[in-house]
Amino acid sequence: MAEALAKPRSFQEIILRLQTYWATKGCAILQPYDMEVGAGTFHPATTLRALGTKAWAAAYVQPSRRPTDGRYGENPNRLQHYYQYQVLIKPSPPNLQELYLGSLAAIGIDMELHDVRFVEDDWESPTLGAWGLGWEVWCDGMEVSQFTYFQQVGGHDCHPVSGELTYGLERLAMYVLGVDHVMDMPFNDPDAPIALKYGDVFKQTEQEYSRWNFDVANTEVLLRHFEEAEAECAAILSQEHIDPKTGNRIIMAHPAYDQCIKASHMFNLLDARGVISVTERQAYIGRVRALAKMCADAFVQTEAGGFAA
Amino acid sequence: MPDLLIELFSEEIPARMQAKAAEDLKKLVTDGLVEAGLTYAGAAAFSTPRRLALTLEGLTSKSPTLREERRGPKVGAPEKALEGFMRGAGVTRDQLEEREEKKGAFYYATVVTPGRPAAEIIAEVLDKTVRNFPWPKSMRWGAGSLRWVRPLHSIICLLTDEYGATVVDLDIDGIKAGQSTEGHRFMGDGRFEVTSFEDYEARLKAAKVVLNASERAETIWHDATNMAFAQGLEVVEDAGLLREVAGLVEWPVTLMGDIGEDFLGLPPEVLQTSMKEHQKFFSVKNPKTGRIEKFITVANRETADHGATILAGNQKVLAARLSDAKFFWENDLRVAKDEGLTAWTERLGNVTFHNKLGSQQARIQRIADLAREIAPVVGAEPDQAYLAALVAKADLSSEMVYEFPELQGLMGRYYAEAAGLPADVAAACQEHYSPLGPSDDVPTAPVSVAVALADKIDTLTGFWAIDEKPTGSKDPYALRRAALGVIRLVLANDLRMHLDRFVDAQLVRHEKHVKADQDGVGVLDDLLDEIAEHGVFGGAVRTLLDKLTEEKPQEVLRTVGDLVPDLSTDLLAFFHDRLKVHLRDAGIRHDVIDACLTMDGADDFRLLVSRAEALSAFMKTDDGVNLLQGFKRANNILTQAEEKDGVEYSYGADVKFAEEDAEKALFAALDAAEAQITPAMKAEDYAAAMEAMAALRAPIDAFFEAVQVNSDNQVVRRNRLNLLSRIRHICLQTADLTRVEG
Repeated sequence: MAEALAKPRSFQEIILRLQTYWATKGCAILQPYDMEVGAGTFHPATTLRALGTKAWAAAYVQPSRRPTDGRYGENPNRLQHYYQYQVLIKPSPPNLQELYLGSLAAIGIDMELHDVRFVEDDWESPTLGAWGLGWEVWCDGMEVSQFTYFQQVGGHDCHPVSGELTYGLERLAMYVLGVDHVMDMPFNDPDAPIALKYGDVFKQTEQEYSRWNFDVANTEVLLRHFEEAEAECAAILSQEHIDPKTGNRIIMAHPAYDQCIKASHMFNLLDARGVISVTERQAYIGRVRALAKMCADAFVQTEAGGFAA
Repeated sequence: MPDLLIELFSEEIPARMQAKAAEDLKKLVTDGLVEAGLTYAGAAAFSTPRRLALTLEGLTSKSPTLREERRGPKVGAPEKALEGFMRGAGVTRDQLEEREEKKGAFYYATVVTPGRPAAEIIAEVLDKTVRNFPWPKSMRWGAGSLRWVRPLHSIICLLTDEYGATVVDLDIDGIKAGQSTEGHRFMGDGRFEVTSFEDYEARLKAAKVVLNASERAETIWHDATNMAFAQGLEVVEDAGLLREVAGLVEWPVTLMGDIGEDFLGLPPEVLQTSMKEHQKFFSVKNPKTGRIEKFITVANRETADHGATILAGNQKVLAARLSDAKFFWENDLRVAKDEGLTAWTERLGNVTFHNKLGSQQARIQRIADLAREIAPVVGAEPDQAYLAALVAKADLSSEMVYEFPELQGLMGRYYAEAAGLPADVAAACQEHYSPLGPSDDVPTAPVSVAVALADKIDTLTGFWAIDEKPTGSKDPYALRRAALGVIRLVLANDLRMHLDRFVDAQLVRHEKHVKADQDGVGVLDDLLDEIAEHGVFGGAVRTLLDKLTEEKPQEVLRTVGDLVPDLSTDLLAFFHDRLKVHLRDAGIRHDVIDACLTMDGADDFRLLVSRAEALSAFMKTDDGVNLLQGFKRANNILTQAEEKDGVEYSYGADVKFAEEDAEKALFAALDAAEAQITPAMKAEDYAAAMEAMAALRAPIDAFFEAVQVNSDNQVVRRNRLNLLSRIRHICLQTADLTRVEG
């Protein structure tokens, strides 16, 4: 078992250590996807790359938005904008659990003092048409990560299977740093000339977005955006595979998938505005899932998706 | 005789699946071995979070040689047939034997299947077991195609005898069987080899793994109760939680911690549920106050600081969880006090119960209307029952129940009390869901009973009205449970009620909802009033139809008038099926129940059951069995004669035409019995009626002994047939004895 390192001092140090750790374990360290997503899984580096036969290993931070979780920055644990750390390795290596535990040691969790457990938790994303089996990882009774072996994405069986690790960064960091309220957590080093706390960075934005998400966002516009994204996604994928201009085979799986992400986020916003009834909810989720499925179908036709001409 | 050790070592197996998986492993392997001709003396299976293990003692070292004789074609049959036979049996011409039989000479072959070494059989059986293991959910991993509950890492498959241990040659998708395993994930010290089951269990323990789940559970319980006892407290028992926790650890270390002072004011059930559901903690209560004051958590390891860090972490997580619970509780209490529970019920207008049956609020209103009608029958104040039903499901809007659905009802009770509602209304909030399971307590407080009945009858009639009845094993709305609930409520409370009337009324309410858009649907309100006042559905429809002049309402009324009796009859049959199961469990034969179901008042379950119980008891006596014979004989002779003569013999038996003494005696006995049976039946005293009927046994037997019914004298014959008819009439008053077997 890896030796635990000294305790980190800030939120960003934990992120940096995870980046370094997974880089040394051979992952490509990617950057966040430049769109609003509900979770790190939505990054095409996970959703699309989990498909097809090609090997893959990537790690990245993904800012994530869950509009309904907004609490105006008041709740010690809940945020409408937060960070996930995401690792995806395909095929899942046999020592993935050990690699994962090594990452906990890397951020200063001493395995000799803590009680780390793998507790059954099957993962399912109805919007992505994806599911997998795995665990939530508990450290002293607290969920610190989600650990999943993807079985299906976008309606496709995963072959080979990807191993996915998702760390809820704020929660994990609060635990490691011993902070009770997220806004009190040191963002950079507490001894830096300009020491910033999480609240200095995000308290105000949490308030602004909470107000907008819950009360102000124009639902007609959101609805229109949803429908436009849905239509655009289908339109993109209905194009000929051969690009008339270059004569090359170019299937636009990623641009189409962007529209799927957009539709999904619009749905989340509409949900936060409380304009979606229980029955409609299922219908919207089904519509996003249909898009995700179309994109998955398209991706496996591409070279990155393992297509060989 | 060798012993066998199998271990399937994997990543963490869900706790809830471990016990069954161990049993499945044992069954699949032992069945497979036995089928292949091996025998064994004993078997035991074990599970920990990371492994399933099986040990077999005294296994035979090879399967026996089997000799099987096969009969082939006739001597002289075409060559082709003979060749086919030899190929199938795997023999050559010179191994065949000719035998003379009645139909000529036949070829015989003796097929010898040689015994196989145990190792070979084990390898096959284990391969098949792993590949076809009945996990509730299984997965693939990496680039392989094998399925297991989580990635499978290694296999021990070891035969041990007095000469030593041998690894069984086996490779499942690249995992080669060996004789090594790992201990505890954190406290163990890498892989190690084992040589037998005893060695395996001992080395595991040295590597901080307790193999036996019950041993882990016992350790946990022992330590937990000791810790609590030392502080004058006691652990709240929870066998399911104990099993689960024992499946989450290989090396249980029990720790007791404090619940923050701030949270001790939460209802004990809230503390308990929150701690159990989220953290898998046991609750520790103070027996003097009944309050939950501490928690027990079970870690999977020992630490240098004796669990201090682990406990502190768990305490912190708990505090965050309980802050949420406290927030919900305080918010809910504020709403209950300031706005009242009906505010919550109104909010349920936005929540769909079922898309064809409307919102939760609409459903609650229907239940309340029905509860008011049922109230007088169960001894409750109608307005009280109505109010109770209106608020009984209000807590579904509360934040606490949203977070912990299993607290529904109970929270309703707390909130109703906080809102200052009467105690019996508050109790109904909690109790109206009961009885849930067959062993659940049945409510007895009248208001609770009224709401519980109304709730269940509304559910049943609703799904009947939209034709979503249970089929086969599919019963997604738990309608069988609801029907049994109604039956148990009626029986346990000795309720005398005709269910039909309430079923009809509720079916009309559902029709009102379904037909809400139709013109003239308002007439159904009049119909409900009419039923409430005069009771009988058919009569109410006719009365109204006579009064109505407009066409639309007439049309609605006619449709509903046709529909409801059919649905109602069908639903009653469903109740009767549940009742049969219920009574069969109580030892009453199905034919005895059938004999009672066809009698009048079959929608009065209390009456129905009294009748069935009396008949069941009667049929266990000699008199009962013999009387039944006599009755059947009389009934058969009579039925045959009626068919032959084309008339019904029902009247006019006269003692003056009686020729034999036995015949006269039967007349007298029937008179005497009738004099007792009629009043007994009127008083619904079935036992007395049947006792009186028992007195007929001897006279009927004597009658058949001495008298020939089909006399040549037509007057005498007719009189005797009419006499038999009296037997039939009297006996059939109590139950339909033609349906009783024997």
